[in-house]
Amino acid sequence: MNKRKAIKYYPARSRLLHWSMAILIISMLLVGLSMVESLAVWQPVALDLHRSFGFLLLVMVIVRLINKYLTPRPRLPKKLPAYQVLAAKITHTALYAAMLLMPLSGWLMQSADGRTITVFNTFNLPHLIDANIKAYAFFREFHGYMAWLLIIMIVMHVLAALYHGLIRQDRVLTSMLYSKKPK
Amino acid sequence: MIKDSNYKRFKKQMKSKITVKQARLIVFIIILPVAFVLFSKILAYVNKDSVTAQQFVDLQQGDSNFPSFRRAHAKGICLAGIFESNGALGQYSTASVLQAGEFNFIGRFSIAGNSPTAPDLKAPVRGLALSIKDESSTNSEWRIAMNTPPVMAVATPEAFYAQLQALAPDPDTKQRDPSKIEAFFANHPESKTFLEWKDGYTPASSLAGETYHSINAFYLLDEAHNEQAVRWQAVPSLESSIIPQLNQENPDALQDQLAQMLEVAPIKFDLVFTLALPEDDETNPTVLWPSTRETITAGTISIQQYTAQTVGECANINFDPLVLPKGVEATADPILRARGSVYAESFRRRALEALLGENE
Repeated sequence: MNKRKAIKYYPARSRLLHWSMAILIISMLLVGLSMVESLAVWQPVALDLHRSFGFLLLVMVIVRLINKYLTPRPRLPKKLPAYQVLAAKITHTALYAAMLLMPLSGWLMQSADGRTITVFNTFNLPHLIDANIKAYAFFREFHGYMAWLLIIMIVMHVLAALYHGLIRQDRVLTSMLYSKKPK
Repeated sequence: MIKDSNYKRFKKQMKSKITVKQARLIVFIIILPVAFVLFSKILAYVNKDSVTAQQFVDLQQGDSNFPSFRRAHAKGICLAGIFESNGALGQYSTASVLQAGEFNFIGRFSIAGNSPTAPDLKAPVRGLALSIKDESSTNSEWRIAMNTPPVMAVATPEAFYAQLQALAPDPDTKQRDPSKIEAFFANHPESKTFLEWKDGYTPASSLAGETYHSINAFYLLDEAHNEQAVRWQAVPSLESSIIPQLNQENPDALQDQLAQMLEVAPIKFDLVFTLALPEDDETNPTVLWPSTRETITAGTISIQQYTAQTVGECANINFDPLVLPKGVEATADPILRARGSVYAESFRRRALEALLGENE
């Protein structure tokens, strides 16, 4: 408890993981939603990159969860109303769940369609399950709905961060932006 | 005086403080809508004038409602057999199924159209799809979707969409409009080769007697990643078979005939590849390469079994021609590159229907 109290900013490695994943995840959502509609010549290339970055993000979220467990982090302001604390907890849990389930359901739907994922043209991922059209349907729909849930969670997360930074003007937003030596 | 200036300063401070606070509030309120509008404008600009995979599949399925069946080439029959590869293309491609050996495949004969109960002999186009696998190596699966025409009538997905629209029957009269069709082809002179093929084409008296074409071109890649553009065709070898008579009244005439033939002997096709020269355009599916181009036979497709598509394994396969083994790659042909997302949308719809048991 004391250790956590002392920390006002996220350490650099946590911020690096947060922001690099933020950029990748938002790009993946935009590419993902575009490529399922697009008939453009870049579509197969986008699909290939989507699969490779999906695996990268699966690795990153595992690293991030380990880092989260090992690293002290700033506490929320004491004056924050209980419902906002609860909303923060729910959103954060849902974000982590979605970050894990998005790549897993993507990998599972590829396996269920009998497709092999080759990560950045270097190595093949094993098939998680045998080809099966009903399993494909389940994971394909799951992947699609999960994407929208993730978008909603990101919107809530961004709104909350801006609320802290612009309206409340507490340390919540700045703790993920930079770190200052404690005065 | 002093009092007054203090008051003014105080007033100024108050004013600016409120303004900053208001500004923050305004930023907070408008930032997401602005980002949303910006993103949707960018997306709309990127996708302007383009047709989506969903629109394409909507058009293909029309008002026909056959849950858990394919939206295009809905009627078909599952096949299983062996691809006997002679290894002649091994120097051009590292694909394991192009090295000498025997590889199992699952396949499907189909006819064009959106109804799984359509009469066999009415369809203008027939198809042969294959999924060839080397069981001993990963990433070796090759999905192939071939049709009877050697070329496309048009070269882009947007023009192909317009072609399907022109060919679609009127929703009220259920009749095609010849003037619309004529106008479409008149506006698309690139359809010349296709129309010439169509005029000279007589449907074979058996699915086993047709020649099926890759239509689009692909690259073969060797160990050093040298690219060789190719097209291929499945050429029937029917010399020893006797083709049973077709019953013109039977809606399943071709399928029943195929079943009869397979009871006697396997049905065989040679898989013949045409090698492009550098001056040939591998990205335009409306143009045939000169007939003098070198051809290499990669092996023999030997079809040994059939199963009804309602129970056969082929029903669970999305024959997306962009599922390629290591050693084969897609060209920049816009039609080829559009096929993946259209096939995926059709597969997604029928997979969900299968999951929800809508066919039962």
